[in-house]
Amino acid sequence: MSELHRSSLSLHVPEPEVRPGGSPDFSNVKIPRAGEAPRPEPDAKAEDIRKLAFTIIRVLNREGEAVGPWAGSLTDEQLKAGLRHMLLLRAFDSRMVIAQRQGKTSFYIQNLGEEAIACAFRKALGPGDMNFPTYRQAGLLIAGDYPLVTMMNQIYSNAGDPLKGRQLPIMYSTRENGFFTISGNLATQYPQAVGWAMASAIKKDDKIAAAWIGDGSTAESDFHAGLVFASTYKAPVILNVVNNQWAISTFQGVARGGAGTFAARGLGFGIPSLRVDGNDYLAVHAVASWAVERARRNLGPTLIEHVTYRAGAHSTSDDPSAYRPKGESDAWPLGDPVIRLKNHLIAKGLWSEERHVQLAAETMDEVMTAQKEAESLGTLHSGDRPSSREMFEGVYAEMPPHLRRQRQEAGV
Amino acid sequence: MARMTMIEAVRDAMDVSMGQDPSVVVFGEDVGYFGGVFRATQGLQEKYGRDRCFDAPISESGIVGAAIGMAANGLRPCVEIQFADYMYPAYDQITQEAARIRYRSNGDFTCPITIRMPTGGGIFGGQTHSQSPEALFTHVSGLKVVIPSNPYDAKGLLISAIEDPDPVIFMEPKRLYNGPFDGHHDRPVTPWSKHDAGEVPAGRYAIPLGKAAKIREGADLTLLTYGTMVHVALAAAAETGVDAEILDLRTLVPLDLDAIVESVNKTGRCVILHEATLTSGFGGELAALVAQHCFYRLEAPIRRVAGWDTPYPHAQEWAYFPGPARVGQAMLETMEG
Repeated sequence: MSELHRSSLSLHVPEPEVRPGGSPDFSNVKIPRAGEAPRPEPDAKAEDIRKLAFTIIRVLNREGEAVGPWAGSLTDEQLKAGLRHMLLLRAFDSRMVIAQRQGKTSFYIQNLGEEAIACAFRKALGPGDMNFPTYRQAGLLIAGDYPLVTMMNQIYSNAGDPLKGRQLPIMYSTRENGFFTISGNLATQYPQAVGWAMASAIKKDDKIAAAWIGDGSTAESDFHAGLVFASTYKAPVILNVVNNQWAISTFQGVARGGAGTFAARGLGFGIPSLRVDGNDYLAVHAVASWAVERARRNLGPTLIEHVTYRAGAHSTSDDPSAYRPKGESDAWPLGDPVIRLKNHLIAKGLWSEERHVQLAAETMDEVMTAQKEAESLGTLHSGDRPSSREMFEGVYAEMPPHLRRQRQEAGV
Repeated sequence: MARMTMIEAVRDAMDVSMGQDPSVVVFGEDVGYFGGVFRATQGLQEKYGRDRCFDAPISESGIVGAAIGMAANGLRPCVEIQFADYMYPAYDQITQEAARIRYRSNGDFTCPITIRMPTGGGIFGGQTHSQSPEALFTHVSGLKVVIPSNPYDAKGLLISAIEDPDPVIFMEPKRLYNGPFDGHHDRPVTPWSKHDAGEVPAGRYAIPLGKAAKIREGADLTLLTYGTMVHVALAAAAETGVDAEILDLRTLVPLDLDAIVESVNKTGRCVILHEATLTSGFGGELAALVAQHCFYRLEAPIRRVAGWDTPYPHAQEWAYFPGPARVGQAMLETMEG
């Protein structure tokens, strides 16, 4: 072996384009025009629609018009309801962040900028379908008309908390609303969603599952396990990846590498994979409906990468100004999902700035009314809370002797 | 009644459970068409169809993760990890998910799954076909942990595990699959057909979880053990002449503390025996419980005989495996001390 062929190696560590102090720059994010991406038949093969894993399916154009083959999956009333859900979620987030700052709870995670994804997706599902969400899909609950007070009771760990104070705030659970118990462990829900869907197929049921994961967590091995199982058993599951560009302080290039897309990862498993504009309520709903149809017709899984931007801090324990430039969310080329849907409704003559201001005030009122009711049941550090006895319940269906002894020892 | 090996008993338990409950599904690596590398699922796919018993990709976290999702959707999966040594990729799913779903959702979702895994050494399995990782499960709130020592118990306990509303780790000592083993590797092994516990009733019967079995009545000391070491303990008692009372714990969580306390309070001496490594092994928990509950009745220090604190070696198998000689010595020392 000749020495000529040797050179000293160097490690490539991906870095975001800009850091704090710099000007936000998304010039390298290619945004295709709305209406450009074709809409294949739901029984299309993954290899025949490869391009959809590399483009971004968009419906709303700059003028707020719905264009192209993915337009038209929602009625005017459904669009207005969607706007209301997103505003409600945004109001909920803002009040709960304040509540955390006031010490009424220990922790909160916002959905700011990502409201369209969960809210629109929820409307494509039917009763009995099951989501396996992460901690940033509260829109599934809001759009599913889950009571705001119950969500807040969970956040406050108060006397009305359905989870009896055992879970960190926002780790909701409601079977009835098709929302699987949230875990702090990233990606674990991915193979679980696939298993749920497999069970549905084994039982010859007609219900489907939706898995959720963020860009950062696709690096977890359970993402891979979920894709393998979904692909092997052609499970009726929709595999969502919410690419909000950031995993706490880590930009998405660290999980993804310099080339390809998260959607493209599905192609290697033979799973039809699409990328969608996550800030386009209409596009998210249309793509979700397409994937739902595939699953219901027993055509197998679909992977959807929702391209969006995490506009808020990662959590109430995080300060993004330490790792990304201020104002980056304003520079995000796909804009704000609420404003874009608002503009669409205005363009259609269904809405106005005045009506919008009014609706924003109404949703805030609704949230504050719920908040009053929830706080009357206590907050983390004041008022009523679940009994310490609850700590020992529910570990097993029936309390084993060693836990009974410990409960007695604890004197509760 | 029929004479069965432990493998046949395990298979029969799944057969019975699948027959009586259409929500029971069985899957894992090589579990379907082939019937399992140890033949534990032989014939089940043919009998119940490919959607009740099937092969899985080589992904332990995928197998357990999928089982958890299925359980949330009303099935009762009984899945196999080919060797307990390979459960680690599923450890996240087992400990953070299966074990906690009922608790964290306040019963909104539950996880009635059974995870079977061949465990233990004595077969020249080396480092990754011999481990006994039960303490890594007993330390986790929300899991039940079962280890049978004979065909009769294996069937009755596995049926209970599958019917149990909570996740059960079902560890099968592979050294016992075809016959009891007392640690005398230089002697021929007798098959289960020559052993009383090889008598296995047909059809459904269940052995409750959380109940120990008194394998030998004795007055001198209490031997607490489970799995393969039950048979080693019997041999050691016979060879030393120590009149030992031997408890086969069968279930480590929930533990039959009453049976343990009653026995040690009677004998005043206690030896604990397991294949797993000593430090932070389940024997430490047993010793602490005995010390707490039987302190004033103890006439000698509690002794633990366990695997050495090393990875399981290959060539040094019999220097590692706690055989009857080591157990016997601990018994004699306990009688003196």
